[in-house]
Amino acid sequence: MEALTSLIHGFGVLGDPMNIVYMFVGIFLGVLIGVLPGLGGANGVAILLPLTFSMSPVSAIIMLSSIYWGALFGGAITSVLFNIPGEPWSVATTFDGYPMAQQGRAGEALTAAFTGSFFGAFVATLLLTFLAPVIARFALNFGPAEFFAVYLLTFCSFVGMGKESPFKVISAMMLGFALAAVGLDTVTGQLRMTFGSAELLRGFDFLVAVIGLFGVGEILLTMEEGLAFKGRSAKINLRVVLHTWKELPRLWLTALRGSIVGCWMGITPGGATPASFMSYGLAKRFSRNGARFGKGEIEGVLAPETAAHAAGTSALLPMLTLGIPGSPTAAVLLGGLLIWGLQPGPLLFVEQKDFVWGLIASIYLGNIAGLIVVLTTVPLFASILRIPFSIIAPIILVVCAVGAYTVHNALLDISVMLIFGVLGYLFKKLGYPLAPLVLALVLGDMAESSFRQAMLLSRGSLSIFWANPLVAILVTLALAMLFWPLISFVTERFGRKRPQMVPGQ
Amino acid sequence: MKRNRVSARLLAAAAAVAGACGLAPAEAAWQPTRPVEIIVPAGTGGGADQMARVIQGIVQKHNLMSQPLVVINKAGGAGAEGFLDVKSSTRNPHKIIITLSNLFTTPLATGVPFKWEDMTPVAMLALDEFVLWVNAKSPYKTAKDYVEAIKGGQPHQFKMGGTGSKQEDQIITAAIEQATGSKLTYIPYKGGGDVAAQLVGGHVDSSVNNPIEAVAQWRAGELRPLCVFDSQRIPLQGKVTADMGWGDIPTCKEQGLDVEYLMLRGFFTTPGATPDQVAFYVDLFKKVRETPDWKDFMEKGAFNTTFMTGEEFKAWLKKAADTHRGLMEKAGFLAKS
Repeated sequence: MEALTSLIHGFGVLGDPMNIVYMFVGIFLGVLIGVLPGLGGANGVAILLPLTFSMSPVSAIIMLSSIYWGALFGGAITSVLFNIPGEPWSVATTFDGYPMAQQGRAGEALTAAFTGSFFGAFVATLLLTFLAPVIARFALNFGPAEFFAVYLLTFCSFVGMGKESPFKVISAMMLGFALAAVGLDTVTGQLRMTFGSAELLRGFDFLVAVIGLFGVGEILLTMEEGLAFKGRSAKINLRVVLHTWKELPRLWLTALRGSIVGCWMGITPGGATPASFMSYGLAKRFSRNGARFGKGEIEGVLAPETAAHAAGTSALLPMLTLGIPGSPTAAVLLGGLLIWGLQPGPLLFVEQKDFVWGLIASIYLGNIAGLIVVLTTVPLFASILRIPFSIIAPIILVVCAVGAYTVHNALLDISVMLIFGVLGYLFKKLGYPLAPLVLALVLGDMAESSFRQAMLLSRGSLSIFWANPLVAILVTLALAMLFWPLISFVTERFGRKRPQMVPGQ
Repeated sequence: MKRNRVSARLLAAAAAVAGACGLAPAEAAWQPTRPVEIIVPAGTGGGADQMARVIQGIVQKHNLMSQPLVVINKAGGAGAEGFLDVKSSTRNPHKIIITLSNLFTTPLATGVPFKWEDMTPVAMLALDEFVLWVNAKSPYKTAKDYVEAIKGGQPHQFKMGGTGSKQEDQIITAAIEQATGSKLTYIPYKGGGDVAAQLVGGHVDSSVNNPIEAVAQWRAGELRPLCVFDSQRIPLQGKVTADMGWGDIPTCKEQGLDVEYLMLRGFFTTPGATPDQVAFYVDLFKKVRETPDWKDFMEKGAFNTTFMTGEEFKAWLKKAADTHRGLMEKAGFLAKS
């Protein structure tokens, strides 16, 4: 009840019309930032942060967090339309979103993505409103071993789910791990595989790789297949939104599962990217239509988007209550809090009631505003596919190049992006899956350092992964996931072989 | 009329400042002609990044420069990427870099070829303090208690969490090991915020977080400061918790742990910068230091507010580089070459 009164008070803080204006400006900028690949939410917020120093902290955080919501929404747009993930957490959205667009169902895919995002954020916000102090403590239980267990679970829920041969999946994943290892090793402080080159010091950025693998690779494929988009027949009116909405309640379980995965990963703080992958993997495994995933299944869009947005929202919780940012964007916002003279941490909820509840209220309103903004623009975005390929393809390439450059302000990254583009094309042609490579590239580094931190803590004993119930459950679950295909394969084989062996004896 | 008087007074103050550092007025003539980049050789959200963005905000808010400041993170290779970028931008005065200890530690630990002499020193803006923290639930009330426990325990029994590897936190850890004669287990994490959270969660036994990284947990009664690695106590009188302020934390030396370490928060510009270009930035930072926003930021983070420029700064850098080499050599952190 106390939370409810505080929330109502928070809406009162929002009553200032200027704050509503800041909110819409933020959402609009955020959608733009999300659409441009490379210019992620973290960069966008960092660039605009200094503009807010002269505002009151409440207005500033409302505007900046609205940018964040906008970017979360916007990331889905290019993933669906052009197979270019605008943000790391929308990679999983491309798996089914892009095939849907190719079938002329871009409007449906976008509606599902936006609605899923909204639902995920809404669940996470409810959590933030009513359970913040309880759940914040939970994040503290996460040491290196627990972090590794979460990453392991993400990998395991993803491996072996494709139709590709296990050999190809493992090769792609190993390539990803190798690329992730380039650069500084945070545990020993040594450089690895940089071969004395200053350009390799920063390693291979996940975003640059993804823009190349998906965006440029896709353009190369399309060029080969006839210089035209397949999704030109997309219906472009607002009825598509209502039509899709009628279908969505059927998928409540997927949405709920996505929200839970997302909230959990946001709080722990695993982040939105692993959450989206894990949610997609789980949806595929547990859905009745699992086999059709990857060919344009609406569930495959809903699952990662719900999780990503839930994680993005709940990532604010450890930031506000503990001062640990749950995502890079949250890290920048954290810096902002300090500059505005606020101290994130356990006392923020006590000392800065106006600020905290104003922020939480703005999440509710911001997401509703965001949903309205993006849904009304669905037809606009879907109609982009009607522009002839010969006009839009060069524009996409330029946007990709700008995006790749923006990540680190490095010219070499544009060449790296093009090389990844060729790699993506070859992978598609040879039937190698891209997802394991991308997953290994984004999580390989974090999984490795948390594993080695855990080994330092336990002085080399693997028993640390069963040292407490939390980590033991996570690891056991992961191993069961990993070996499930093997177990079922072996039992199947065994079951088939035995009758054959009987006559031989 | 009033405005006139104020601006006249400002002019007088500016002249006094210029006079105090022995500059002829004509020398302040250089002005940036395009946006100035602040390179941060670390990731977004860290201490150096925060300071760079605070400066960017102050410059913008108080209109201290005609051209905008842009913050760019180049964190690759423990910051080597950023330093190499500045080193290779000879005579491009529109680029400055904020430093942390990796100015000294990264080339020593990784062998990447750069040193502070490769760039043009501008000014030291502040020094960041380091404090020894333990979990408030632990039985150690003073640094003495904790040192006794380390000495009495098994080697590697006590776990120290810190930021990065072979950087400032691990150097301090190595110095504590040398002072106590007992080994600690050092666990490297990505950032100072992570380290503080891991300490609250009880995954490590202690940390050497900067004040700003752990102050929130201290105020919430979850962490306990034992001592500060400086030659004197932090000169801040206000209370942070109900009964303690920064000034009440004893120095480690008082507690019988003879370790001192401060981290440089200063600025460099590109090689070959002319004296009037350096003078422009020195003047800019002096103006930044005068703003209430900066003073507030310094107090929140309990920074040591020493300001140095010119020869004095160079002498300090020379000494600090030698100290780092010595510390890292003793700890065995030097790159094999």
